[in-house]
Amino acid sequence: MIAYRPSRAPGYAALALLGLALAAGFLPVLRLGAEQGLSGLDPYVFRVLRFTLLQAGLSTILSLALGLPLARALARQSAFPGRALLLRLLNLPLALPAIVVIISIIEVYGAKGWLGGIFDIYGLQGILLAHVFFNVPLAARLILSDLERIPAESWKLAAQLDLPSLAIWRLVEWPAVRSGIAGAALLIFLLCASSFAVVLTLGGGPRATTLEVAIYQSLRSDFDPQRAAMLALVQLALCATLALVAQAWGGLGVSWPALRLQPKRYDGQSAMARLVDGGVVLLALLLLVPPLVALVAAGLFHIMPSALLLRALLTSLALGSASAALAFAVTWPLAALAVRSGAWRKIASIAVLTSWIVPPAALATGWFISLIAYAGLSGLAAFLVIAMNALMSLPFVARVLMPALAQSAEAHDQLCLSLGLSGWSRFRLVELPVMKRAIGLSLIMALILSLGDLTAISLFGTQGFVTLPALIYRQMGSYRFDEAIGTALVLSALVLAFSTLAERWSDQR
Amino acid sequence: MIRLEHVSFRYEEMEMRFDAQFPTASFTAVIGPSGGGKSTLLNLIAGFEVPENGRVLIDETDVTTLPPDQRPVSMIFQDNNVFAHLDLWQNVALGIAPSLRLDATQKARVDAALAEVGLAALAHRKPGEVSGGERQRVAVARALVRDRPVLLLDEPFAALGPALRRDMLDLVKTMSQARHLTTVMVTHQPEDALAAASHTAYLETGRIVALRPTAELFAAKDLPGLRAYLGD
Repeated sequence: MIAYRPSRAPGYAALALLGLALAAGFLPVLRLGAEQGLSGLDPYVFRVLRFTLLQAGLSTILSLALGLPLARALARQSAFPGRALLLRLLNLPLALPAIVVIISIIEVYGAKGWLGGIFDIYGLQGILLAHVFFNVPLAARLILSDLERIPAESWKLAAQLDLPSLAIWRLVEWPAVRSGIAGAALLIFLLCASSFAVVLTLGGGPRATTLEVAIYQSLRSDFDPQRAAMLALVQLALCATLALVAQAWGGLGVSWPALRLQPKRYDGQSAMARLVDGGVVLLALLLLVPPLVALVAAGLFHIMPSALLLRALLTSLALGSASAALAFAVTWPLAALAVRSGAWRKIASIAVLTSWIVPPAALATGWFISLIAYAGLSGLAAFLVIAMNALMSLPFVARVLMPALAQSAEAHDQLCLSLGLSGWSRFRLVELPVMKRAIGLSLIMALILSLGDLTAISLFGTQGFVTLPALIYRQMGSYRFDEAIGTALVLSALVLAFSTLAERWSDQR
Repeated sequence: MIRLEHVSFRYEEMEMRFDAQFPTASFTAVIGPSGGGKSTLLNLIAGFEVPENGRVLIDETDVTTLPPDQRPVSMIFQDNNVFAHLDLWQNVALGIAPSLRLDATQKARVDAALAEVGLAALAHRKPGEVSGGERQRVAVARALVRDRPVLLLDEPFAALGPALRRDMLDLVKTMSQARHLTTVMVTHQPEDALAAASHTAYLETGRIVALRPTAELFAAKDLPGLRAYLGD
């Protein structure tokens, strides 16, 4: 069959742009690394690597240890009061910017917090607490969506055979979630290994720093590009390996799993099962609720409207809109080719994962060395932040656009081919109206990611160039926690408004 | 005139070979068992498939390698003939300009075509707001404004009830005669062929087994495959 062939030129342009970003980031790092050779791998680098792996590994184990039972509890207790609310609550940490969650955790568990003294939050414990806060909901949602995919017949059969709980787990549930758990574990490990905001604020000292943060410190505090390059190479090797393993495994689950009608289950009604499930849900609530309550309770009294807050808000929106537009412009031509050609599908799936294979701080090191040496930071800062945020949102944008575009191709390609409808006319008359929700959703997701970003703005930000997350960090740094939590509430409200819109659109699709 | 010269094409396990002529202004029905190559035959003429060997000629011009939109062909599919988000008028107008930027004369042509298929009053409805039969009329109206000498129909009315199907068939037949179109229509209904087609081709396992005047073909005793297909 003659297939509809979109023009390849925009696809090549997108690839060239990505290639340029990668080359500018990668080549200087490689050159500096090669100059030092193995002598650059001093004990400091190894210590940072060890801590990176340790905290990511522990975070992953803890997140799954609570996320898996939580998913199972939610799957088999399908009708307890507040279940729908709990499911919505599980979406929150995924949408909230890291810096907001961190300051909420400090508000609860910090020295002066409501529950101060339980954890030593500056250091490994605090880092784990924050990572678990983010990733228990993520793990639970991913695993729950696998559990809900088990066909109704399996549950009827299990009930008819009166299988005990353990046998249900072994024969029905485990086979359904096994590969999903592996994927979720890899995703969580990858997210924690390149986590920036959490480690920057709660760790940071030489004992508790990760590669990502150590790179930032080498570049921005110590002015030591050699060390930054060495760390970047190690970080690169680590993330590229993880991302490629995950890709080979069948892709990373980066979508927001949709809620669907769950099949009726007949197990989990014994007193013991209810007790266990109830305990798990309670534990999850204990983890998730206090920081969110603290955010709203403390934040409401401390929103201080100021010129700086307004400027940060506008800067955030402007940068976010620009990076969303850029991410869309790069992803669209690749996605259009990928839904119609196997070869392009492979290229596109790797291309959109650029920022996961080459993590932001590693890329930033190269951009620093290659660009800023010539042009200075102030002129380029905004462009670099936009570019980096766009790169980070590519996988999410692609994940939304690809299925919608594939559907449109399936329904319209033959007719478009016979009418000679292609290029801009086709985009304007077919895809734009048909996919307006998917397009809007992808733009909003990219916008939300940029709004919450602290990595790019920390790496490239300057004194006069402040976004909301950067403002929160700055206020925290000067011990104005009250102001910081007020700003955090403003940022959360902004992000939640957009994500509510996104959720509504994704439901209606 | 459509001419297929030693056209060969492989689809999965099946090797198809077509050698046939469809004279100018003729109306040919194509019947035969599913998977026999009926749709492939149309796709080869329309340019959705490219033959491995052989040539496809339309009015003595070799179109073998031309893309679908550059062939003098209009095709009406079984479904997905319309864009659901564009109104009927726009769907027809696409047949003139893919950019939908039309001058006054072109707009008048769209109006006339819609009137000809009886959709003038529904011009600004969306496809979702009209019946299945009316949606197929949109495709017919678009073929009218495209004004190409070859009209291909791939089971276009299969989803319609008997009365509607007869109406649509009459419409296509009238249009095809008035404009001297070379028409080829794939169908599963012998009565469609008997009602509209001067000639009928019987296809089986990738070959045109017979191409004869319609009445003669259906009466033929020398085609056991056809008798089995018709169920008598």
